[in-house]
Amino acid sequence: MKPFIGVQELRNDLRAKKYSAVELAHFYLNRISELNGSINGFITVDSERCLERAALADRQLAHSNPHPLCGIPIAHKDLFCTKGVRTTCASNMLGSFIAPYDATVVKQTAEAGTVSLGKTNMDEFAMGSSNETSWFGVVRNPWNLNCVPGGSSGGTAASVSSGMTPLATGSDTGGSIRQPASLCGITGLKPTYGRVSRFGMIAFASSLDQGGPLAHSATDVYELLAAMEGHDPMDSTSADVENTTLPAGDRSFVIGYPESLFDDLDSDIAGCIERARLQFEALGHKIEVVELPHIDAAVAAYYVISSAEASTNLARYDGVRYGHRTEVSEDLLDMYCQSRTEGFGLEVKRRILTGTYSLSVGYFDAYYLKAQKIRRLVRDGFLTAFENVDMILAPVTPTTAFEFNSMKADPVEMYKQDLYTIPVSLAGLPALSLPCGFVNDLPVGMQLIGRHFAEGEVLAGGMAFQDRTDWHEHHPTLESASAL
Amino acid sequence: MSRHWEPVVGIEVHVQLATRSKIFSSTSVEFGAEPNVRANLIDLAMPGALPVLNEEAVTMAVKFGLAIDAEIAEKCVFDRKNYFYPDLPKGYQISQFELPIVGRGQLSIFLEDGSVRQIGITRAHLEEDAGKSVHDRFSESTGIDLNRAGTPLLEIVTEPDMRSAAEAAACFRQIHSLVRWLEICDGNLAEGSMRCDANVSVRPVGDESFGERTEIKNINSFRFVERALNYEIERQIDVLEAGGEVVRETRQYDATRDMTLSMRSKELSDDYRYFPDPDLLPLRLSSEFVARARSTMPELPQQKLERFISDYSLAQPVAVRLTRDPSIASYFESTVALGADPQLSANWLLGEVAAALKREEKDYADIPVSSAQLADLIKRLQDKTLSSTLAKVVFEHIWTSDGSVDEIIERQGLRQLNDTDELRTLVQRIITDHPDQIEQIQSGATKVMGYLVGQVMKASQGKADPRQVSDLLKRMLNI
Repeated sequence: MKPFIGVQELRNDLRAKKYSAVELAHFYLNRISELNGSINGFITVDSERCLERAALADRQLAHSNPHPLCGIPIAHKDLFCTKGVRTTCASNMLGSFIAPYDATVVKQTAEAGTVSLGKTNMDEFAMGSSNETSWFGVVRNPWNLNCVPGGSSGGTAASVSSGMTPLATGSDTGGSIRQPASLCGITGLKPTYGRVSRFGMIAFASSLDQGGPLAHSATDVYELLAAMEGHDPMDSTSADVENTTLPAGDRSFVIGYPESLFDDLDSDIAGCIERARLQFEALGHKIEVVELPHIDAAVAAYYVISSAEASTNLARYDGVRYGHRTEVSEDLLDMYCQSRTEGFGLEVKRRILTGTYSLSVGYFDAYYLKAQKIRRLVRDGFLTAFENVDMILAPVTPTTAFEFNSMKADPVEMYKQDLYTIPVSLAGLPALSLPCGFVNDLPVGMQLIGRHFAEGEVLAGGMAFQDRTDWHEHHPTLESASAL
Repeated sequence: MSRHWEPVVGIEVHVQLATRSKIFSSTSVEFGAEPNVRANLIDLAMPGALPVLNEEAVTMAVKFGLAIDAEIAEKCVFDRKNYFYPDLPKGYQISQFELPIVGRGQLSIFLEDGSVRQIGITRAHLEEDAGKSVHDRFSESTGIDLNRAGTPLLEIVTEPDMRSAAEAAACFRQIHSLVRWLEICDGNLAEGSMRCDANVSVRPVGDESFGERTEIKNINSFRFVERALNYEIERQIDVLEAGGEVVRETRQYDATRDMTLSMRSKELSDDYRYFPDPDLLPLRLSSEFVARARSTMPELPQQKLERFISDYSLAQPVAVRLTRDPSIASYFESTVALGADPQLSANWLLGEVAAALKREEKDYADIPVSSAQLADLIKRLQDKTLSSTLAKVVFEHIWTSDGSVDEIIERQGLRQLNDTDELRTLVQRIITDHPDQIEQIQSGATKVMGYLVGQVMKASQGKADPRQVSDLLKRMLNI
């Protein structure tokens, strides 16, 4: 057995009995115990349940018509609630929290036959772009252990990238799937808002949060999406739409190219995406320049809206019913204050304060309402562009993976990491992040942004690209990681 | 009250909607369950849990809106009202702020003197109830019971249209009557199914602008609304007449001491940081949905009231009382449908029946006498088989045991003494036995007549008709 095998090959091998699901699970569990010490991609590894699930998968594989992902290992970002296994959100606040139920995503992927290895590391409450805010320690980028993996799904991306799991779930609020996928050289999809149920996914910013798949290729991402998506009556914002299907035949797309986005971009990164653009043209797709107005205001609007929602989403962590409660307190107010002071990290506190401020009387109109107006303008800008093009090719990040602590001094610098991903989130659109080159031995990604619920088209675009290129087949060597 | 001051009152009524499950979760709503057994992961605000709106609550709110002739919003929005309290598990209450489901409407209220007033309803919105803090069960700490958390509430807000405590009580009573009528609330005040907050100020008669107001929170009976407001109105007038100023604050009514007490000052108004709840999409109500809600509505009390007045020639105050509660109205209608006289039926329902119910602390829905029995009783009154005195005796029988009215009359020998000869003999005997009294009557002391009628009634064991006895006495004594 070897790591970095795609879903199709794993499925064939399992059905051909080349190895059993239990053997496969052992292989990944061993790899996790070998590598996780240095990568820190997992917060919780659940070997016992994993092997039970694998044994069950083997029994199902013995019958005809096993589920499509039967026996294939998966990892869940630690904000998806898992019954009986702790769900921490990488926060001291939920450090020992065990949810009494499974998130819809966890339930559906289990029903599709996947075998969960455990829960992956992330920025605390999904707030961050570097996975440096986790209560359970930083995650290291498998391509360079001195660099961040991106965030907030950093543990997920690093675990896939280092071959500790072939599939993993993540969540994307302002770029939290796409940016770490890009920094770790893997493929990740932020689905259309409403495509994947949020029930049981611990909320950061409810109007933006969207669960999605990360894997080694667009094909595998599509396989996992099929297990995650679908209308959920337990989530009022879940869309009642047809599941994702790939467009028939070899369609040629009109791909929008927002030239102005590349103006300030690092020229080496721009070069990688430029070459991808030529590749698309060579594949028979048509490139058209598009304008995306109001993008410059998107980051500010995003931080107002997401922090506002976060400030009230996180009000439930009061130490009364579950989660961290301070040992000694004088009275009720003191208990609240102490529990939250001890339970939350700095970045979370910063967002709660920012959000509380922007919702307060006297500031609401100037911040929250204005941000909502910008959000609508950004969305309208995309919809206008989509009148002429099928999808848009854009950068994912302004830089490749950066070193730890290099952006800690100025949070706004860190927020700008999501410059290219945030507008897509505000518009609620689907976007696929996939590798397209290297700069200084670190992966570079690009994103294909689609119309609402046009995941099939961006996935088809990504698959066509990956058919002709091998950027997604580059893997970190991890010699230094094993040595650590 | 001083004649120079006019009170101005508006009320807010929280109505617990009688849905089967909570407003945002599938937990069943039930009063009196063990603490926290009626709370699922949504009610407990578990991480990752999401609200899903209960359609039944929406239908009930729409029915109320239609009943007060209000505008039903095509689009309404649920907002988060943010504050920390242990019985508020999410740290915010889902409510409606800017775009409520029910807009402006009208409600007629009926006062004791028979007059009618139109009260403006500002709005009504849906929201979830909080849990309960239990202070008396544990020493040193407070318990939290989340059974009530997430129970659907309709908060009804009136215009400051009332000018007395009695009007405010009448308005609360009318809302109580209407929501029971619509079957959207059980109206059980003792179990907290309805709570009333009253905003009150006073101003010199003739002034256009309002005085500074206070708010009295959580009053749970009609009587207490009237008492609390009367106390508060007097208190405000005393303050103003002594040259002071009314402070804007929230007050509480202490029923045992019959006074209002300051709870907290509202000078610094709370900032609830309302904003649209991103977990719930704006609610859009189609005209079909509203039409469906309308089609399931009963005849409204106002319509019934007007019909009772025109069809049965009832006086308005009588019709008001008969339409205050759906069970009494339908009881009345079925009694009349069985041939009983409407006026007599009304008198009996609001008189004997009401008194017996009150005595046994029962509700109109629990009348042990069927409307057929009551109709038979009234018909025996109409055909003079029974005097009103005898009818009350028969009523006591049918109240406590089964059996037809006619059987009871026969078995107990309660038939009215209508045979004139028999009665004449009886009257003659009383005249003969009371020569002194006859002398007094004949010398002008007519008051003694009553005594003689009483003697005849006694001798007839209550079976004679007192009016007939009186007539007969007069004729036989030639007066």
